[in-house]
Amino acid sequence: MRQLTPISITGGRIVTSDGIVEGNLRLVDGLIVSVGDGVHEGDFLVDAAGRLVTPGMVDLGVFAIDKPAFHFGGITRAALMPDQSPPLDHPARVRFAAQSGKPDFWVHPIAAATTALEGKSLAEIALMRDAGARAIATGRSWIADSGVMLRLLQYAAMLDMVVISHAEDGGMAGKASATAGEIATRLGLPSAPAVAEALAVARDIALAELAGARLHLRQVTTRAALDLVRAAKARGVAVTAGVTPAHFMLSDLALAGFRTFARLSPPLRSEEDRQAVIEAIGDGTIDVIASGHDPRGPEDKRLPFADAEPGMAGAETLLPMTLTLVRDGVISIERAFDLIARNPARLLGVEAGALMVGCEADVAIVDAQRPWVVDSRKMAAQAGNTPFDGQPVQGRVTALWKGGMGIAL
Amino acid sequence: MTDLLEEIARFCAHHDMSETRFGELVLNDKPFVSQLRAGRDIRASTVEKIRAFMQDFESPEVSVSQARAPASGRYPAGGRAFPHRDLISIGALQTHEILFLLDEAEQWVQLNRRSSKHHDALAGLTIINAFFENSTRTLLSFEIAGKRLGADVVNMHAAQSSVKKGETLIDTAVTLNAMRPNAIVIRHGSSGAVGLIADKVDCPVLNAGDGQHEHPTQALLDALALRHKLRERGEMSADGMFNGLAVTICGDILHSRVARSNILCLQALGAKVRLCAPPALMPTGVEATGVEVFHHFDQALAGADVVMMLRLQNERMDGQFIPSPREYHHLYGLTQERLALAGPDAIVMHPGPMNRGVEIDSDVADMPGRSIITAQVEMGVAIRMACLDVLTRKERKVPGWGEGEWV
Repeated sequence: MRQLTPISITGGRIVTSDGIVEGNLRLVDGLIVSVGDGVHEGDFLVDAAGRLVTPGMVDLGVFAIDKPAFHFGGITRAALMPDQSPPLDHPARVRFAAQSGKPDFWVHPIAAATTALEGKSLAEIALMRDAGARAIATGRSWIADSGVMLRLLQYAAMLDMVVISHAEDGGMAGKASATAGEIATRLGLPSAPAVAEALAVARDIALAELAGARLHLRQVTTRAALDLVRAAKARGVAVTAGVTPAHFMLSDLALAGFRTFARLSPPLRSEEDRQAVIEAIGDGTIDVIASGHDPRGPEDKRLPFADAEPGMAGAETLLPMTLTLVRDGVISIERAFDLIARNPARLLGVEAGALMVGCEADVAIVDAQRPWVVDSRKMAAQAGNTPFDGQPVQGRVTALWKGGMGIAL
Repeated sequence: MTDLLEEIARFCAHHDMSETRFGELVLNDKPFVSQLRAGRDIRASTVEKIRAFMQDFESPEVSVSQARAPASGRYPAGGRAFPHRDLISIGALQTHEILFLLDEAEQWVQLNRRSSKHHDALAGLTIINAFFENSTRTLLSFEIAGKRLGADVVNMHAAQSSVKKGETLIDTAVTLNAMRPNAIVIRHGSSGAVGLIADKVDCPVLNAGDGQHEHPTQALLDALALRHKLRERGEMSADGMFNGLAVTICGDILHSRVARSNILCLQALGAKVRLCAPPALMPTGVEATGVEVFHHFDQALAGADVVMMLRLQNERMDGQFIPSPREYHHLYGLTQERLALAGPDAIVMHPGPMNRGVEIDSDVADMPGRSIITAQVEMGVAIRMACLDVLTRKERKVPGWGEGEWV
């Protein structure tokens, strides 16, 4: 399927990295051909009526391909974590995953760093790259063996692929389902100290520096770990950091009543750490906000807290939660879309995630003020496991194009 | 003979007892009184036995209806005294609700000390003891409590259940619920599991221990045992509170639901709680609950009025937490010498099962006048009877306990 008619989106406020541009956005043959210029004769006209015209979002690190949820949330591309069944540790599976969303949604598979994600022997990463893998990930857990991690980073540096790591010391985290602190103690939940994250971040940064590799820490959620990332960036290490909205919207207080929708990996942190995440988003230490979309049905979630699977269905709430930071004055609107579109696209090395001439015509019209209430029973996602259930939010995608093709919302 | 009949009639009226119940209690012969009235001959020895029974029965607490009277003056009337459907955690209870349960248990302590320990309060009701984790003493205690109240008690052991066949916890709960029990007692290895089940069933749920979260009846029975010991010594305050009492809890606090419930219960009753454990077995942030944290047992003991020892819960430990039981005993074992550091006549408690020679020495565990470990077990039955009685009052349509009913 190709875009047949050129489209001009008029009357919108176009969000580019350099600021808001008033004018017309023109999409031809699935690409953006002009930003802010006039309308051509014969174009199909779309009136944005003063709303935001934004890049389609790029979600770095999801656990399931859940198109209705992604489209609802304005997400046009997602990088799929290798934690599938079977895991993405073989070129054939990567190739299949890369095709699985087309034409109206693009999946960028992430190659498993090690066979079966066991953290022992390296997987066939170069073959997977040529089959369509855009990055390498350690999966839901870290690679415990520092020797393996170093060799992985050296190999990835040679292939010029980014390594996405899960920063949590597995020995310390163990079977923990909460962060050690008053809440975990009161609820009697198995818990691990927050420093488990800083330990893993410190090691991975040291190894990445040694190997000269690009390292992306998928979720950095504690002050100590963010300080390490900040310092590493200052001395020029190629490290980037991500986070999901849960860790800047919620603290471990959300665990009260054993709500399994708040069972996440890494677990929710203290209020102090939540504030540190917000600061880090504001000062540029955090580069990516991702949904971590992981729909889980009742068989995984209607269990005692510690027995439930971690994960949240986050695709639908990624945009409104990020816009919360804009309303609170933490970041500008341009930076918000850097966090959820441009930066992840860059890490994956795809020509998308920004409204620039020559980029893929993945475009959304966003009504940043539109209020709605998150309701876990009425989600577009495969499952409604959102920790934001019942919360009123603002910001909704009203129209979406993938490669110039309109998507019915 | 008419004299005797009159005496029995007066006795039954006074104690709110039926004639058949009287016959059953005295001679294990329900129709005895009516047959006597009809002219049945009895021997002198039987008359003596009946008189002796009525004589011994004189204590005012013995009668259930009488014992309830003082309590009803102190607490909100009817169901307002305990406005909860379930008993999941001590954390959800107000101080006066804890005191209410303790006062309610007193009548059952009396009943349990008689030779005939039967009451028909819960006759016809079904109670399921669903234990997803192995237990001997708690299960037995709940079973005895239910049976003494006349309920039909059914035990479900996880080892024999479909839990092993992959059924989810919720399905098991729904299945149990479909059998229409009047109360379910649950023990489960995961924190919060009992509360989760309580949301899915239509009857009162009693938490008999959920993971490392809470074990409310244990905390209540500990408070009751402590109250009895203090009363025996004449040190119990009239209001039933433990104001100012210093209680040291020592052992595997991290994995202990008993410790969590006891911290909340003792603090609600005004006691000062000190915790003592090696750092690895002390939960992070526990100071926030208002306890004093110690790592050296001798310091924690100084001047304590009560010493509560906890067992090492090896089955919950993920990895090694202490080098060896011998070393643990060296640092944290309660010996005669250590106990001497505590306040004079300090009371020794242990929720059981004890590991003699590890956390507590045999001579301390059996110390007359100091150790109330067996009394704790005794109070366990009374507390569980009180909880079953109170939680089923709505179902049994006890006046004042209905939905939205005012007294």
